[in-house]
Amino acid sequence: MKLRGEPEPLLIRGGRVIDPAQGIDAEMDVLLGDGVVRQLGHDLEADGARVFEARGLWVVPGLIDMHVHLREPGEEWKEDIASGTRAAAAGGFTTVVAMANTRPPVDDASMVNSILARAAEKAVVHVLPVGAVTRGLEGKELAEMGDMAEAGAVAFSDDGHPIADAEVMRCALEYGHTFAKPIIDHCQEPSLTRDAVMHLGYWSTVLGLRGMPAVAEEIMVARDIMLARLTGGKVHIAHASTRGTVDLLRVARTEGLPVTAEATPTHLCLTDRLVHDTAYDTSTKVNPPLRAAEDVEALRRALAEGVIEAIATDHAPHHRDDKEVEYNYAAFGISGLETALPLLLTELVHTGIIPAATLVERLTAGPARILGLEAGSLRVGGCADVTVIDPGLEKSVDPDRFYSKGKNTPLAGRKLRGWPVLTVVAGQVVMREGGVLA
Amino acid sequence: MKLKSRDILALEEMPREDVELILDTAGSMKEIIYRPIKKVPTLRGKTVVTLFYEASTRTRTSFELAAKYMSADTVSIATATSSVQKGETLKDTARTLRVMGSDCVIMRHPVSGSCHFLARVLDVPVINGGDGMHEHPTQGLLDMFTMRERKGRLEGLRVAIIGDVYHSRVARSNIWGLKKMGASVVVCGPATLLPPEIEKMGAEATSRVEEAVKDADVVMVLRLQLERQQRGLFPSAREYSRLWGITRERLDLAKPDALLMHPGPMNRGIEISSEVADSPQSTIEDQVTNGVAVRMAILYLLLGGGEEK
Ligand SMILES: [Zn+2]
Repeated sequence: MKLRGEPEPLLIRGGRVIDPAQGIDAEMDVLLGDGVVRQLGHDLEADGARVFEARGLWVVPGLIDMHVHLREPGEEWKEDIASGTRAAAAGGFTTVVAMANTRPPVDDASMVNSILARAAEKAVVHVLPVGAVTRGLEGKELAEMGDMAEAGAVAFSDDGHPIADAEVMRCALEYGHTFAKPIIDHCQEPSLTRDAVMHLGYWSTVLGLRGMPAVAEEIMVARDIMLARLTGGKVHIAHASTRGTVDLLRVARTEGLPVTAEATPTHLCLTDRLVHDTAYDTSTKVNPPLRAAEDVEALRRALAEGVIEAIATDHAPHHRDDKEVEYNYAAFGISGLETALPLLLTELVHTGIIPAATLVERLTAGPARILGLEAGSLRVGGCADVTVIDPGLEKSVDPDRFYSKGKNTPLAGRKLRGWPVLTVVAGQVVMREGGVLA
Repeated sequence: MKLKSRDILALEEMPREDVELILDTAGSMKEIIYRPIKKVPTLRGKTVVTLFYEASTRTRTSFELAAKYMSADTVSIATATSSVQKGETLKDTARTLRVMGSDCVIMRHPVSGSCHFLARVLDVPVINGGDGMHEHPTQGLLDMFTMRERKGRLEGLRVAIIGDVYHSRVARSNIWGLKKMGASVVVCGPATLLPPEIEKMGAEATSRVEEAVKDADVVMVLRLQLERQQRGLFPSAREYSRLWGITRERLDLAKPDALLMHPGPMNRGIEISSEVADSPQSTIEDQVTNGVAVRMAILYLLLGGGEEK
């Protein structure tokens, strides 16, 4: 991570501290120094510390996004580590987990090292690399997971490509079990989604677009759960999007299987009707697709209950040339880092659907637990990663002002309430009032 | 009278008044087609572009005749789909058309929603000449015009649409248009060719052809796209024709004065038997003539209808 000297002590005073990992939800001060959390308490004083007045604001552990696409190496015109991590900082994230499907993919230790080296040079937030499950993301032979784990890969995933071959997935789980890292699967039975561009349902019928049935996801989620039962390996379901997936996760949970899942703000807040209402705006094209209202409903419930333990953006920036085309030809993906928190606050917290503390948990302690990270909490002595949120701040989404190179969002122009106003990474202020400082 | 719509993209969103206005106007346009000299000066000086990314001589010719009968200049651009896998080309083409001063663009495209995309880029009217599996609004209007001409009304008619509804833009446009005008619609085909939740569009759906055709005022047969067979959506044209083909026997289940419609071109002997295709109940040739009249009405209303002489 790009650090400019030792950070000076910082006192964040009088905010509502929400730290679900420690069961804290109360007004107090937070003192940071030497890159770690020094003290939590009332009326803290620290000579020489800069003071950030946080009265009326929420002070939470630095947000962790366990699923982003930084596009470096290979597609730097879409995004790179510098722009992607600035987008993360702007969105209140202090840690991002970078998916392996770059060009070339991160499928051996040298690539893991290269990502970490590039991040050390250019990133403004922590970057944790994911290694590929299979060589070249081809779904055939296992990549050197042991080497990559030693080099610093925090998980394994062929995301972007489902692991279609059940035997490969079984081996990955058995072999990967040794390293105690989850296998993150993009669950989709490919034969059911060929040429499909949106959710299969009423709106795909109206629009005449080829649809992906919800069961395409559920078949593979069910398979992965069964393989987790067989192997004891950890499965993490990327971007869960359907009601059926939620039902399967409940079963896995009841049995105590090592199966976890994330959902994206997109799938928690938007429905397939948006493809119709925006008249085929390609910024609504995402994989998995925007689902039906009943799916969104089920995801929200699962998130509230902890059946879905993490929120991840699946930040997928694209160049405008990949989106300003006919719907079928457009690339899948939404640039999500900078709108995730405000969208979730507006749609889920301010509406009373999810308590603030639950939301914070799913963005901090939840992902940290899944990945086994020492992060996601304001524990004294832990890394000084902090996000401060102004829950009442109202702003319209303006993609032209994104730090991300990907301006592809279906939220352009939408007024959202509740934005991050301060992002602190290892004690360094990297974003203040929406402006990234590095 | 003026249209509320600036573009003709879909019947789903077209106000009922616009449908009525187009159908009424098409009535007077049809007279022009029967004149010995088919030429009125209404659109003199206007340039109409047909931009076809998918071959369809029938639809393109119909639009071009409609424009020519009203003295508009026509330019046709045909592009092989293979060369335009990059949609950038559509954006660039649209910009070129804009700076060349065309007054109206009629587009056919294999991707649903492409006309909406074009309409966002262009500031002249866009007419959807068929987009993917979405809509074919002028076909829907000419079908409704034909029904109204023969039956005197649309309200209360029972229309059965038989065939590959899944891939059919004609079916979608007809469902929206007919429902808007008070008709009832039943769609029928093998379950693999019926899209999910189509009932929510307001149509009944069934895979039993006898049930669909029974007591219908109109039996509309869709063209079976034989190339779809490769996707395994139905086992063979032979079986399709045996189970869903419209024959004399099946048509007799409809009302005695029922109309038989087909958007053409027909696969004779597969989705429709020659016996019924050539029977007096068939409106297939009228549909072609009415297509020109309806398209004249649309061009007139979009390009010339506003200015009173
Ligand atoms: Zn994915």
